[in-house]
Amino acid sequence: MSEIAAGPTPLDGTGPVLTSRGRLVLRRFLRSRSAVAGIGVVLTLFALAYLAPLASPWSYSELDYTAFLQGPSASHWFGTTQIGGDLFTQTMVGLQKSLIIGLLVGLISTGLAAVVGAAAGYFGGWTDRALMWVVDLMLVLPAFLVIAILSPAFAGGSFLILVVLLAAFGWMIAARIVRGLTLSLREREFVKAARFMGVPPWRIIFRHILPNMSSLLIVDATIAMGVAILGESTLSFFGFGVQPPDVSLGTLIASGLGSSQTYPWLFLFPAGFLVVAILAFNLVGDGLRDALDSSSDAGRRKAEK
Amino acid sequence: MTLTDDVLDGPPPGATGPVLSVRDLSVSFPGEAGRVDAVRGLSYDVAPGEVLGIVGESGSGKSVSSMAVMGLLPDRARVTGSVRFRDTELLGRSDAELSEIRGRRVAMVFQDPLSALTPVYTVGAQIVEALRIHRRGTSKTDARARAVELLDLVGIPNARDRFAAFPHEFSGGMRQRAVIAMAIANDPDLIIADEPTTALDVTVQAQVLDVLRTAREVTGAGIVLITHDLGVVAGVADRVLVMYAGRAVETAPVDELYAHPRMPYTLGLLGSIPRLDAGPRRPLVPIEGQPPSLAELPPGCPFAPRCPLVVDRCRESEPELDAVRPDHHAACHRSADLVRRDAAQVFDVPTAGATADAPRGEVVLRVQDLVKHYPVRSGTILRRRVGTVQAVDGVSFDVRAGETLALVGESGCGKTTTLTEILELTSPQSGSVEVLGRDVAGLGRRERTALRRDVQVVFQDPIASLDPRMPVHDIIAEPLSTHRVPVEEIRRRVPELLRLVGLRPEHAGRYPAEFSGGQRQRIGIARALALEPKLLVLDEPVSALDVSIQAGVINLLEELRVRLGLAYLFVAHDLSVVRHIADRVAVMYLGRIVEIGDVATVFAAPEHPYTQALLSAIPIPDPAVERARERILLTGDMPSPADPPSGCRFRTRCPRHLTLDEPDRARCVTEDPRRAPRTTTDHEVACHFAAPHAVL
Repeated sequence: MSEIAAGPTPLDGTGPVLTSRGRLVLRRFLRSRSAVAGIGVVLTLFALAYLAPLASPWSYSELDYTAFLQGPSASHWFGTTQIGGDLFTQTMVGLQKSLIIGLLVGLISTGLAAVVGAAAGYFGGWTDRALMWVVDLMLVLPAFLVIAILSPAFAGGSFLILVVLLAAFGWMIAARIVRGLTLSLREREFVKAARFMGVPPWRIIFRHILPNMSSLLIVDATIAMGVAILGESTLSFFGFGVQPPDVSLGTLIASGLGSSQTYPWLFLFPAGFLVVAILAFNLVGDGLRDALDSSSDAGRRKAEK
Repeated sequence: MTLTDDVLDGPPPGATGPVLSVRDLSVSFPGEAGRVDAVRGLSYDVAPGEVLGIVGESGSGKSVSSMAVMGLLPDRARVTGSVRFRDTELLGRSDAELSEIRGRRVAMVFQDPLSALTPVYTVGAQIVEALRIHRRGTSKTDARARAVELLDLVGIPNARDRFAAFPHEFSGGMRQRAVIAMAIANDPDLIIADEPTTALDVTVQAQVLDVLRTAREVTGAGIVLITHDLGVVAGVADRVLVMYAGRAVETAPVDELYAHPRMPYTLGLLGSIPRLDAGPRRPLVPIEGQPPSLAELPPGCPFAPRCPLVVDRCRESEPELDAVRPDHHAACHRSADLVRRDAAQVFDVPTAGATADAPRGEVVLRVQDLVKHYPVRSGTILRRRVGTVQAVDGVSFDVRAGETLALVGESGCGKTTTLTEILELTSPQSGSVEVLGRDVAGLGRRERTALRRDVQVVFQDPIASLDPRMPVHDIIAEPLSTHRVPVEEIRRRVPELLRLVGLRPEHAGRYPAEFSGGQRQRIGIARALALEPKLLVLDEPVSALDVSIQAGVINLLEELRVRLGLAYLFVAHDLSVVRHIADRVAVMYLGRIVEIGDVATVFAAPEHPYTQALLSAIPIPDPAVERARERILLTGDMPSPADPPSGCRFRTRCPRHLTLDEPDRARCVTEDPRRAPRTTTDHEVACHFAAPHAVL
């Protein structure tokens, strides 16, 4: 074939600069200021959550019997609780748990939704029917009650069990949406082209179908993270989620909620971190969506005015 | 503008002044990078009973200008200039005031007849509504009678019964007729038809154009016919206006324009259309480059970057639309140098040496009695089989190395199903598919994957066929990596392939959205060629492209075939393209091949009445030829493949069937004609009464 390389001659530039897809996405991502800010905040939150407790003179379970319900001060940066716990350290440790739970649940449930939905939509037939039957079954189960009933069985176990449970009940609706999108993408010519090229089905799903709904998946993952953090806090509030002596933002907010009028720091600091965390995840999600979506203008270099 | 009214008007056929007079019309839209000037100073007149053809490629502003005339643009559009209808200025009127005129005195026919009709009302009710909304006094019975009359006028069979049909029960051609019936319902003075036949098949297009002519005769209205198809314009229009980059670049009476174009763009357009009446394998004249972005037009002639005759002056000042002859205006600094010059000469196309008649190569693809039937089921719980769609019903042909077989037919004839069946490389319902001498029925999974290397496909829609989320490099590399080509080899091949199809290797890092339609189709071709296939299946590869771009892609395909010795299976509905590119042609009707043979024979002396009708329906971009041609108008639409007629499938629409005597007719009804060889060995026709009849 080399003798034909001299085809209709284009301009001969310097050697071709091949840019991989990952690098292109990264470049486009970095062009968005809010996304970079978002990723900055997320990283800062992670750093704070894991490093700050080390720097703090108090441990999260330690009680200061000289200071009950004190406002923020030099010794207790975020103030103290009714029984003299250091709220700063507790918030940071809670942030650790909430972030990690949110992140894991978001990723797992979205990944599950993507794989199940795409498989159902792409293969159709019995695969589709069986998978959708599972989805419908999961949808009619009251998730909260199931987790509440199951949680004593796992009492004393790691919080990872909570992650699995939250993820297991969070993917069904997204899977249905993914299936619908897959059904229409499957008929698109680029998917047919790949099929006629001999690309195996799973490779088509992961290379063509899922990337083409990446914005949906990313938005879904960010929502799922928020929902997971909220779900975790709700469960924790009722005593089914994160068990003491572990703390999470959820348990802190729940315990601070009653005194939010009189001792506002108990509520404001954990709630503030919760809002900042979710906001930062969303900014990252938006930035990623624009970077992955080649038709979006936001990631492109600004046109000269 | 140097145009004076009396120059532009021409002699109006026995009427007082133009119906529509557009002066200095400009339309701009706010865009990301400043305002986009979609129309820049357009002026024209339409006399009563006159057909003005506005021709241009996508983005030339032809549709936007007519939307501006109708006052249908969104509020963010800025419209300036003057649009006078009779003696009324239309610009600046409120929507309510315009509604009085729209539909009653000015009617519009849109491109897509499906979305122009409301799906939830019957066609008749919609015509009645159109009648009664402007004439409040009309009684329901009168309006109904008139609606039936109108449906009859536009050639809807059994108009009285069809009155109560819903739009989805109509075929595309019938819907467009109904839309035309609605347009002429109130006897308008002006009809604006925006690409009225683009979505239709050629035989139906011929019918609809005929209805449009009737509509003009009945109403005496002036017609503005907007189209990209110079062939359609040649047959219908009295005067033509060519638009480029939001401006009129040339306007003249139709004969004058086609015979003596004085603007290089017009000349290029005419040279880039494949013509049915041209000799085979004449290279087309592509216009290099892309139409300019209307957001930031540089000073000078907008066509200058693509123009072969460009001089310094063209880049400095934009030429005005000046009279080059009485009644002929062109916007070109060099129009004087264009007198009597040929497009190939001006655009400097290498006249490709005709391919010598080499002995026919080995058979690359052999299809025998291929059948594909789809079950039709009904019922929700117990899905009973109630019928069978005979999409493909016994199709046989072969394609040899180095040759192009074109599969031609109207939509619904089964050509795409045939392609899909071949590309699946699985055992067909009945019949056999052999690729490179191997029957695909007995293939294992590995062998099938291996065989895919040799059969590649290029799709119709260059937008849909490339994954929008993958950069060009990955798109072209995909077939290679799928078939386990080493990475270093891929790195070497991709730039080579890009160069082969006339793109630059630097383009590899971009996404498909950053390319134009023609370039995307080139990427699609590069991907298909990556594995060095023996057979390339082309599914309408140029029908989604503008003519000036299309020519470049056709030339590229032709060049690649000769250089690489590829075999093409080329599916198309456009016979002029086929004439240009194919060696052999197979005409399909309702899942069968009715005529097959080498291009020269089939085009010069078609023997099947359907082939003859198909050929005669294709407009030729030459007004003189077009007017003199005999037209074989087919009646009605293609029957449903779920319920094909007995005997010969074409008999319900066959013009020859009508001329036969009783026993012969009975033969058509009862006996299915087999494909039988004709005078030359390579020419086969499936008709009991086949007879050559030249229609060109």
